[in-house]
Formats: sequence, C-alpha cells, structure tokens
Amino acid sequence: MKKNRLLMTLFALMLLVLAACGNTDTKDAVAKEKKTEPKAAPTEMILATTTSTQDSGLLDVLIPLFEKENNVKVKTVAVGTGQALEMGTKGEADVLLVHAPASEKAVVDAGDAINYKRVMYNDFILVGPKENPAGVSGDDIKVAFKAIAEKKSPFISRGDDSGTDKKEKGIWTLDSIQPAGDWYISTGQGMGQTLQVAAEKKGYVLTDRATWLAQEKNLDTLQIVVEGGNDLMNIYHVMQVNPEKHENINSKDAEKFVNFMIDSKTQDVIEDFGKKDYGQSLFYKYTE
Amino acid sequence: MDLLIDGLKKAIEMILTGDQEIYTITWLTLKVCLIAILISTLIGLPLGILLGLTRFRGRKVLLLFINIGLGLPPVVAGLWITMFLWRSGPLGDLAMLYSPTAIVMAQILVSLPIVTSLTCSSFQQVNDKMLLQIKALGATKLQTLVILIKQSKIAILAAIMAGFGRVIAEVGAAMMVGGNIQGDTRILTTTIVMEVSKGNFDVALALSFILLTVALLITAALTFLQQRRRLS
Repeated sequence: MKKNRLLMTLFALMLLVLAACGNTDTKDAVAKEKKTEPKAAPTEMILATTTSTQDSGLLDVLIPLFEKENNVKVKTVAVGTGQALEMGTKGEADVLLVHAPASEKAVVDAGDAINYKRVMYNDFILVGPKENPAGVSGDDIKVAFKAIAEKKSPFISRGDDSGTDKKEKGIWTLDSIQPAGDWYISTGQGMGQTLQVAAEKKGYVLTDRATWLAQEKNLDTLQIVVEGGNDLMNIYHVMQVNPEKHENINSKDAEKFVNFMIDSKTQDVIEDFGKKDYGQSLFYKYTE
Repeated sequence: MDLLIDGLKKAIEMILTGDQEIYTITWLTLKVCLIAILISTLIGLPLGILLGLTRFRGRKVLLLFINIGLGLPPVVAGLWITMFLWRSGPLGDLAMLYSPTAIVMAQILVSLPIVTSLTCSSFQQVNDKMLLQIKALGATKLQTLVILIKQSKIAILAAIMAGFGRVIAEVGAAMMVGGNIQGDTRILTTTIVMEVSKGNFDVALALSFILLTVALLITAALTFLQQRRRLS
C-alpha cells in the first residue's frame, strides 16, 4: 500500500497543478472583468512591425497609450520588415509599421494594404572598427561602400530581408557592386546581434541610429564612420491591411491605429522619446 | 566575468523588488510549461505503456514516428503550428495564433514523443518471467498494470523530467507561435532572446538565473519523488 501512496501523491500533485492553473485563470478572468466592467471586452488587433521599433523601446511607450484610449489589446509581433510585409499580404496582421518604402509600395499597389501614411524618420549610419581599415568618412555612403569593397574590409550584413537589409542591398546596387567573398559576412539575424558580430569581427555594418544608440555601450570596438547623407534617410510608414482582400481583419482598430500614429499628440511623444536617455530623439516626426 | 556577477545581482534585485513584469513572465512560463508537460504525460504515459506492453499491427511504424519525434526541432514544430493557426489556415477562425494556448500546443508537440518513447522503452524491458509470475498469482489485468507502473516508477519519472527539460528550454517555437507579446505570450526564454537583441546582457543574464532556478526547483521535486525509497 505504501507504494500506492507514492503514486497517489504524484497524481495528487499533478491534479493540484492543474487545479492551480485553472483557478488562477478564473481569478484572472474575474479580476479583468471587474476592471473593465463599464466597458466591453477589449478587441484584439495584430500589429506587425520591425524589430527597431521594439528594440529601441518606442512601442513600450506608444502601445499602452493607444490601448488605453481605444480599449484595444494590441498584439505586437516584431519581425523584420520583409516578414512584416509578408504577414500583411497574407492577411495575418491588421496593421503594419515598417521602414522599406520601395517594398511597401509594391504591397500597397497590389491592394493588400490601404490607408498608407508616413509616420516618422531617423537615419541609417555606417559604423565600423575604430581602426577604420578602409579609411571611410564623411556623408557619402556610396563612396564608402566602394572603398570597403575595394579594400575587402570585413562587412557584416543582416541578410534577413529586413528594412535595413533592403536598404544596404539597395546601396550596393546603386554602386553596381556585387558584394561577395570572404569579406562579406551575412548573419541572418536582427540588428542587435549583427552589431555584436561586427564588434567581434571588427567589420563595417549599416545600422539604424536608434539601435546603435541603444547598444553603443556594448560595442566599444566600433564607431560611427559615415552619417548624414540623403541616401541614408530611414522612413517609417504605417498602413492597414485591406479588409476587402483578406478575412478576419480588424479594420476598425487598424484605422484607429493609423490615425493615432499620425496624430499630432502622438507625433510629439515620438519625437520626445529617447531625449532623456540619449540626449537626442531616436525618431523624428514626419507626417504628410 | 563581471557581467556574470552583475547578472546574478540583478536577478536577486528583480526578485526582491517584486518587479511585476518579471513575476508575470515567470508565472506564465511556469503555467505554460506545467500544463504542457501535464498533457504530454496524460497522453504519453498510457500510449507508451500500450506500445511497450502490447503487440499490434502498425506498432513499429508508430514507434518509428514517435522516435523521429524525439529529434523534432522546435522551430519545425512551431512552423507547422503557425501554418495551421494562421487566419488563412485550417484553424484560423479560432484566432489562437500569438496566444499562450499556441505555445502549449507547440510544447506538447515536442515533449509528447519524449515522454511516450521513454515510457515505452521502460515497459518493453519488463521481464517476461515476472509477467508470468504475476499472472500465476492470479492478478487481474488492472492489478498487473498497477504493479508494472510501480515497478517502472523511476523510468516514468525520468521520462517526465526529460519532457519537462525540453519544454522549459524551448524557445524557437514559443517565439514563432507566441510572438513574444508583452504581458501575453512573453515567457522567460523568449524574453532572454529579446533582451540579448536589445543589448541588455545584464537583464538577459538575470533572467537566465531565474529560469535556471525555476527549472532546478521543479526538477529537484521530481528527482525527490523518483529517488524516494519505499518505506516498507
């Protein structure tokens, strides 16, 4: 019988776990109901966006504001811009916040996205090892890329079809250079990890300024080498997924979100963001 | 190495100051992992016993698939579940993608083969002579089963522990089907990935200590149960 008791204990423990989980669920649910008693249950909206808006912390500020105003639960999925746009064309998201104008145009033209609005900008910068083996500087990114390719200095690419990756590939095309060889390293990872790889391998890397500012403290072998050129502008757009082309789209909240992003109050929040921690804005307001 | 100490300090600080977000994330991790391993055990244990003790047509093929499942990469499990749960997928109307339920589904998919396969191999090793003896003593089928389960206690708990290890360590599928949504599907492993990509290594390390502590406590409880001597 003693052995039996052991098994019973085991079984009881499992039941307890199950019961505990069940219990808290209902408790949570009750608590939630109480909180939102006067309002209806919040609706859910999926926002597909790029990693830079999440990794910089901007969304942690904006999303709670929007949720509170509109009684919406925003499910933020932070992926590369390429994947975010793909989620849009598949109808897997309700609203998109991305930064690859050329690719966005294709999605809008195909009718998968509507209500396409410019939101904000910051800029891309080229960072490189402090030794600067390719000797690049100034504000002309095309000249810098050419010098790196000629010297075959290590260049670290995102290679993940993100907005930054698309930008980088675009610059190589402008120069009509086919980047290939030992010196051209493609990580297939996010901006943060790619910067880490660049710091370890002492390579050049194109990054958005927001991620650089947030990570600079961990990257003491790197410095900014090229910045400020017109080619380096990084523009973010917001758009809603076309409800007429896809099923189950929450277009009501998506439209509210687009309007929220271009609202002057939100625009001020965007421009203020980061001033306290970095002494400068990470994103600048830029609506039409 | 300073970073390691900083991380440990940060972890203690987070726990002591009662950081609400850390509690939410840790609690969700526990809930998701325990529910997943519980369901895996409830299905995997009987299935493993059945596969271990009986012989039927197609048994070997079934076992083969389960054993292949031992090496099922979580990202593959995640990808399949994502495709099923997409709005355009067969289960799209349930709107379950990016929910804790989706994470539980993915974790069951990767841990069920482990629990089933290990249970099966332990029951297949049951000595034929012992079975004969039990039968000779006039035990009913149910009594035989109870005796065998008691005999295999150590192996069964090892199977559950292995399954739990897989579940709590899992990140690829949880990221894909859960989406790492703040306050909703953000679990310890996905938060660690995110903090690393943000460059917050101290926070990531702190979280890793919390994750290891949680894993340690649960595995210790299971090991205690497994190793407890019979008091007869």
